Amino acid sequence: MEKTINLTLKVWRQANATAKGAFESYEVKNISTDSSFLEMLDILNEQLINENKEPVAFDHDCREGICGMCSLYVNGRPHGPDDEVTTCQLHMRKFKDGETITIEPWRSAGFPVIKDLIVNRNAFDSIIAAGGYVSVGTGGVPDGNAMPIPKVDADEAMDAASCIGCGACVAACKNGSAMLFVSAKVSQLALLPQGKVEAARRAKNMVAKMDELGFGNCTNTGACEVECPKGVSIANIARLNREYLKAKCLD
Amino acid sequence: MGTFFSSSIGKKFVMSLSGLFLVIFLLVHLSINALLLVPDGGEMFNNAAHFMALPLIKYGLQPVLFVGFIVHIFYATMLTSINNKARGSVKYAGGNNTKDVMWASKNMYVLGITVAAFMAVHLCDYWVPLQITGNVESTTLHGTEMHDTYALVNAAFSQCWRVALYVVGALGLSLHLTHGFWSAFQTLGASNSLWRKRWTVIGTIFAWVVGVSFSLIAILQHFFYQA
Ligand code: SF4
Ligand code: FES
Repeated sequence: MEKTINLTLKVWRQANATAKGAFESYEVKNISTDSSFLEMLDILNEQLINENKEPVAFDHDCREGICGMCSLYVNGRPHGPDDEVTTCQLHMRKFKDGETITIEPWRSAGFPVIKDLIVNRNAFDSIIAAGGYVSVGTGGVPDGNAMPIPKVDADEAMDAASCIGCGACVAACKNGSAMLFVSAKVSQLALLPQGKVEAARRAKNMVAKMDELGFGNCTNTGACEVECPKGVSIANIARLNREYLKAKCLD
Repeated sequence: MGTFFSSSIGKKFVMSLSGLFLVIFLLVHLSINALLLVPDGGEMFNNAAHFMALPLIKYGLQPVLFVGFIVHIFYATMLTSINNKARGSVKYAGGNNTKDVMWASKNMYVLGITVAAFMAVHLCDYWVPLQITGNVESTTLHGTEMHDTYALVNAAFSQCWRVALYVVGALGLSLHLTHGFWSAFQTLGASNSLWRKRWTVIGTIFAWVVGVSFSLIAILQHFFYQA
């Protein structure tokens, strides 16, 4: 049943990376509870443009929960009050009429703010570039039966591969650690034969890059997996630790 | 290997191993404390304490134990300060509403400080008189003269505030262990979805058994073992 609600938005505004930011309050009216959170922000931006004001800058792309581009720390949680969804998949029915919603960018030393609600997540690309790929020639498409892979491994690799690189794990972590992301990217390859060839180098280089870029040290609180929109498990972090320790032993 | 100990996982590896080493020490300490409840006027406890003061243990194992503590505390301080920096300088105005995160896991350093503060008092109460100044009454058991450690401990536990402090310290330790125990295995890579559940169950039981036992011994000493 469609319903409309009125809201007060407390939005972080910051002109650029070096400017000092501050919260601004805005009112939005008659928001359909069927609309998504980003659609609600679109309505706010139209309103601001009509008032000749600068619209709020926020990241988004696919708007169907698969690209990892949308972010936002909404009412004290990355991706807002719903579980296992991205902000683009968050619906306004999760909010009450008259509610004040606090909207902030991801905060962590590894993700500096570029403008308003947009943060620089290049660090994740650098970590991937450090080893999150397979560079061996795997040839043409082999026969499916030629390389038997246990179902459990295939499933776990697939679950790890569902990470969309959104950074909610870092945003939620009290240590600003990127271990869930890195562990997902290492696990999706470490579990499969194609990834095993470069496993040691991958684990070492990606962890080194992660440390270098100013992410914190994981203390196993598990906040990341609670906030991960794809439900990536911290069992992957144990695997990353294992892969890393193994690699270092071989040195 | 050079880069290992400067890496995040390497530093945490040190935290895990030193933590597990201290867990073993706790078990030894608790077993000896349990002798306080043997109703023999403290004979067994005194013998055990005397054994722990033998040169080999005093000069061989005790320094290793101190190194264990220092390493654990030093790395904890270093990691915590790096982590605070990594969190960023701006705090979330919306606070933190993430559910299902264990309180202890987010407050390990504070809990560690509680345990360390208690330990400082503990060292002044027992370790200094017993091992440094030797300012303790003597007793003779089966022809061997030794410190009457039992009398020292028994007298300490006659004071209400000491028992209370002891219980607070022990329960702080329990909370520290409810996260620390499983976390150590996770960091060592010895965990997965199944073992995570097992380690948390084992760790939680272990943590409370240790904390409650230490507390109970102090409380029983206070109420039932005073001359
Ligand atoms: S692990 Fe989850 S929270 Fe972290 S980047 Fe990947 S999808 Fe986002
Ligand atoms: S915009 Fe692509 S996941 Fe939200």
